[in-house]
Amino acid sequence: MIPTRHAGPVAAPHAASAGTVPRVMLWVSAALLPATLFGFWLYGWPAVHLWWVTTGSAILGEAFCLRLMQKPVAPVLRDGSALLTGWLLALSLPPWAPWWAGVIGGLFATVIGKQVFGGLGQNLFNPAMVARVMLLISFPVPMTLWTAPLPMLSANAPGFVDGLRITFGTLPATFDAMSSATLFGYARSELSRGVDLLQSLAATQAPTISLLGERAGSLGETSSLLIAAGGLLLLGLRIITWHIPFAMLATIALFASLMHGIDPARYLSVGIHLLSGAAMLGAFFIATDYVTSPNTAVGQLVFGAGVGFLTYVIRTWGGYPEGVAFAVLLMNALTPVIDRYTRPRIYGRDRRGAPLEIDP
Amino acid sequence: MGIFEKIFRHHPPWGVHPDDHKLPAANAPLRSLPLPALLYVPMQQHVGSPARPVVLVGQHVLKGQLIAEAQGNVSAPVHAPTSGRISAIGEVTAPHPSGLAQLAITIAADGADTWCERLPVDDPFALAPEEIARRTAAAGVVGLGGATFPAAVKFNLGRRLKVNTLIVNGGECEPYLSSDDRIMRDRAAEVVDGLRIVMYAIGAREALVGIEDNKPQAIAAMRVAAAAFGNVQVRPVPARYPMGSDKQLIQTLTGKEVPADARAAEVGVLVHNVSTCAAVHRALRRGEPLVERIVTLNGGALTRPGNLLAPIGTPVVDLLRFAGVSGRPARLVLGGPMMGIVLPHARVPIVKGASGILAFDAAEAHVAEAGPCIRCGSCTRACPMGLLPLEMASRIGADDLAGAAGFGLSDCIGCGCCAYVCPSHIPLVQYFSYAKGELSARERSKLRNDATRRLAEERVARLEREAREKAAAAARRKAERDAAKAAAGAAARPLPVRIVKPASEAAT
Ligand code: SF4
Ligand code: SF4
Repeated sequence: MIPTRHAGPVAAPHAASAGTVPRVMLWVSAALLPATLFGFWLYGWPAVHLWWVTTGSAILGEAFCLRLMQKPVAPVLRDGSALLTGWLLALSLPPWAPWWAGVIGGLFATVIGKQVFGGLGQNLFNPAMVARVMLLISFPVPMTLWTAPLPMLSANAPGFVDGLRITFGTLPATFDAMSSATLFGYARSELSRGVDLLQSLAATQAPTISLLGERAGSLGETSSLLIAAGGLLLLGLRIITWHIPFAMLATIALFASLMHGIDPARYLSVGIHLLSGAAMLGAFFIATDYVTSPNTAVGQLVFGAGVGFLTYVIRTWGGYPEGVAFAVLLMNALTPVIDRYTRPRIYGRDRRGAPLEIDP
Repeated sequence: MGIFEKIFRHHPPWGVHPDDHKLPAANAPLRSLPLPALLYVPMQQHVGSPARPVVLVGQHVLKGQLIAEAQGNVSAPVHAPTSGRISAIGEVTAPHPSGLAQLAITIAADGADTWCERLPVDDPFALAPEEIARRTAAAGVVGLGGATFPAAVKFNLGRRLKVNTLIVNGGECEPYLSSDDRIMRDRAAEVVDGLRIVMYAIGAREALVGIEDNKPQAIAAMRVAAAAFGNVQVRPVPARYPMGSDKQLIQTLTGKEVPADARAAEVGVLVHNVSTCAAVHRALRRGEPLVERIVTLNGGALTRPGNLLAPIGTPVVDLLRFAGVSGRPARLVLGGPMMGIVLPHARVPIVKGASGILAFDAAEAHVAEAGPCIRCGSCTRACPMGLLPLEMASRIGADDLAGAAGFGLSDCIGCGCCAYVCPSHIPLVQYFSYAKGELSARERSKLRNDATRRLAEERVARLEREAREKAAAAARRKAERDAAKAAAGAAARPLPVRIVKPASEAAT
């Protein structure tokens, strides 16, 4: 029998730090809020509706599983992790994606991505990314249908009700004209048409990388700077450490500058790689997921570098324009191995665990 | 602290920085507890064999008189903390969470507090180092930092292994506690004199006094007291728990790492606590055995927290009363909050190693519900031993104790950093102490089983051997008888051919 704190005498330590799981999740949510609100403004009501449909489904999925296993529901939901999973998924979807994408994705994330493995802390793969990739593979068309920004208060922007009708699929044709491509998608399709980047990016219809992110993409992709600001907040609060974001972004930057330097007509620049697309969201919020990333500093550096490298490779040579989700999942699979080979050295022992030589 | 030290002050990559809760208790002047009416002096106040009573019920004893002698190589004698009559020799509740009983001598104080004859030494440095160790042992001095290892045993070890550096532990990294802080502030000269005597006793050439930099007054007082001695250096160390753990303090002060299977003395250092040094000073210079100590009384349930000078054997309840309890403490802890133990109730006596008694109010005693591990890695970053607490705990949770041992369970010092930082409030230390206890129990029972099996095998072997020997002896006797018979027959009847034949058969 394993003793718990509640059976028998209470054991040391008789003190605890202020950190709790709900507190962690709360701060991560807070860090996501600016970028999310900005995305809401940029893409209007449909984005808002997709967000609550997705997070709601994720929470429902979790509650359903807990019910099924006759575990207490309320305390687990209160830890906020299901909300966060749904939220991250919503940020990675096309903002005008239909409601069923949010529902299927949200349920899949918590039911298959998390609870099937045994709940919080047991899953090997990042649940939000599992759902994202499942949706992309199963429904490639709606999952790559991006909308040009249509800020909330601008003239043609759909109102609350029209937003609902867009999300729930009863108002399709009218807004077709505004579909657009992400920068990576555009560059890739132009390249495949034989137009090199120097020309295609100079063309008038080319998506720009404005720092604020007024361009097509998912909620979490467009406002890279706000995402990065949220990430810095988490770093400042020591909720995450710098190792994964730094290693991931540095690796992407390294390869991008190398390849761009070799052939700017074929390879996108560092700035585009870091600021357009999900690099920031991935680096600060997704790859840093506690459960699915290594625990030691060295392991995290290896992991982050791996995610960065795979992201670059998939973006540049792979079958999809964006590769963060795949890269994260692939490295998730390697996490146990990385953990095994990057164990910290134990005090008084060498790396292999043998006692140090006595040296008086 | 200079500006550069402030800017470049680094903290070690391990450990935690809990709220220290040392004030206002640390700043309250040292008070002496009025003599309690009854003192319960336990026989086991140290690591090693318990002491054996040498007094009888009804006997009158003087303060400092030997009442129980050391037994065996690692043990310590016990002395009367005040003058009075031995009113009982029997069991009392031990200051231990189990609440088990333990042998103690009860003294009814006569109120006079009369000392027995003391034999002070004017110049300890004129004595042989062995003599200093002998007197320290006779005075019942044990490690007062909490480890309670008999001090003189360590002296002898240090001398044998030619220890060069004495590390004096003034870290006191546990939150709430300030008894070492107080002794350095109020009795710095005694501490420095004591540590010089210890240096002499072990043959060390230098002493490094490590004091956490959250105790500026103690550092200042110790610097003044040590100023005259070039080989005694006062070294502020970053305030970081568990800086007061021997291994971490040694590493911080000397850069040396104690190998996993070695003792500190083998790498040329020996650690003694500041209060232990002060006790050595008293034992030598004043001839006073260890009969009292400074105890920190602290916690939210106390109205007048502070440090008390109290005789060994004082019931905790007397200390609490003196420090003013408001309401009913939600939990009583002996020692610090990070590694201290829960007291079953307040009717237990304090012992030599009792650095503090904490009376927690309900908020301090709150125990959060444990949740699942989210693999956040906080525990790994906090562990001063470089272990992976989450991996060990998950192995132990799956009853894979060997797996946990493979992750270095035996190197865990039980400091509690991991459980302190865990956002899921997993009682990691409890897992580890359970597993360590279980593993050593299994080891013991394995040894026992092995021994039993060996005995059984030996018995079988012996029985077989005896049976074989018996059979052989029987055969031999039979052969002898046959031979005798045959010889008799041969003597009676001259038939030589029949005798020769079996002999030749035997040869083939
Ligand atoms: S601190 Fe607690 S929750 Fe975090 S990894 Fe360690 S055991 Fe798990
Ligand atoms: S594993 Fe042991 S040594 Fe490491 S922090 Fe936890 S209690 Fe301390």
